[in-house]
Amino acid sequence: MNLFIEYSLVGLAAGGMYALMALGFVLVFKGTGVFNFAQGELMMLGAYVFLTVNQLAGLHWSIALAATAVFALAAGAFVERAILRALAGQPLLSVVMATVGLGLVLKGAVGLIWGQEQRTLPGLLPRAPVFIGEFLIPGNAFWSFVISMAVVGACLAWFRFTRSGVAMRAAASSQVNAYAVGINVPRISALTWGLAAAVGGFAGVLLAAINNLTPHLGDLALSVLAVLIVGGLDSLAGVIVGGLVIGWLQSMTGAYLGGQYREVMPFVVVLAVLLVRPHGLFGRKEIERI
Amino acid sequence: MALLEVANVSLAFGGVRALSGVSLEVEEGTVTSVIGPNGAGKTSLYNVISGFYRPQTGAVRFAGGDVTALKANRRAALGMARTFQNIALFRGLTVLDNIKLGAHHTLRSGILAAAWYLGGAAREEAALTGEIEARIIDLLHLGEVRHAPVAALPYGMQKRVELARALAMRPRLLMLDEPVAGMNREEKEDMARYILDVREEWGVTVLLIEHDMGMVMDLSDRIHVLNFGERLASGTPADVRADPAVVEAYLGES
Repeated sequence: MNLFIEYSLVGLAAGGMYALMALGFVLVFKGTGVFNFAQGELMMLGAYVFLTVNQLAGLHWSIALAATAVFALAAGAFVERAILRALAGQPLLSVVMATVGLGLVLKGAVGLIWGQEQRTLPGLLPRAPVFIGEFLIPGNAFWSFVISMAVVGACLAWFRFTRSGVAMRAAASSQVNAYAVGINVPRISALTWGLAAAVGGFAGVLLAAINNLTPHLGDLALSVLAVLIVGGLDSLAGVIVGGLVIGWLQSMTGAYLGGQYREVMPFVVVLAVLLVRPHGLFGRKEIERI
Repeated sequence: MALLEVANVSLAFGGVRALSGVSLEVEEGTVTSVIGPNGAGKTSLYNVISGFYRPQTGAVRFAGGDVTALKANRRAALGMARTFQNIALFRGLTVLDNIKLGAHHTLRSGILAAAWYLGGAAREEAALTGEIEARIIDLLHLGEVRHAPVAALPYGMQKRVELARALAMRPRLLMLDEPVAGMNREEKEDMARYILDVREEWGVTVLLIEHDMGMVMDLSDRIHVLNFGERLASGTPADVRADPAVVEAYLGES
């Protein structure tokens, strides 16, 4: 029983990180209807910006984090303006393929600038383990969980309660309609992409602080595909549930079935979810009226 | 001076001419209707006026200024509000949120302040909600459903929410595209009354596309008739009804 609880806590903590990684995908998909395959590379880029400001320029990590956020916000908005808007009116597939290409370009460019070797970020999170009752959780896992949940929660609140958040949902629901009530749709789309890139940047810094940093960090992002499908591509709340479920499941699988099944189990669940609810547990069903 | 002036507007999609040299004026304070058979170009004209289509030639002037080059959201901010032929509401949002989005452009706090919901922005929003409750929701009898998601409402009521959202934009010109299409008689009468109430209380100029001739004749001060993308006739309801060209366009040659 103790083993069960301990592995559960560790799994849930890892799930928080999954939720944060999935959030960037959901923001863009919800806001502009595009699945952004470059989200992982935006994450990785954020981590490199942090590394540069923090280590090479020698500034405090809080300044580096703020610089990462600003840079990511600008990068996301730039991607929207330079690529997405140029492809407005094109088939969705072209747009999605453009994000795949963008991801490759970013990965290559980062490799050229910063090199392929592994970098280590300074230990940002306290390593001291945290006790919950008598159970022990690694400090890294615990604090990244707390931070992830705070960021996801802030985004949820933004979408639900703020005017720009409601405007984002409005533009996502119908662009024509949004124009008609005087919403500056291009600016809202740029803001959405910027926000997603900033969230990705945070996730990248956390990930790189726990693991190591190479130009391939972004590959990890696609591992949250299972989270996205379980939670629903356009549901912010679904990201939390999806992240926690998948994190817990992986931990359980690792504990009871052995490590080799860890990576497989989430996709078994994904298959099951797809059979029952093709739009995810919390996603919105697309209803086309003819 | 006319509030809205459409001057010699032509619009073509490839080889299809949707509008050919259409000119018309809408005087401030009137209810002006645009009628015509299906495919006459009425909705295309609306899309040109509100900025969704850019005409190949011609100009649109609103309140004395040329708005031909402005984007749709800028024109909305100048005081042009419209509803759509097929209901165009934000389906996932509640009635109140839909209506409040109409007032989006009137709020002054910048996007960041509003994003963090800072003091001023919150106060502004509370004042806005109060005003919408008092002036729009009561006027259109939407009080009981204000927190319901719009997708759950019956058709006639969704149309009313769309009107409410347009009003929240505090428009000078209210452009309605078939506001009573598909409604039963009772709902039509209600909608006609709402339109008249709105003009009376808000002093809004109304531009109307409608196929229900009884309603058009009753409400309009002036009517413009379109046929095959051209203006066929203009005048008071009595003039238009007596115009042989209009009768022919609607009924065919006898």
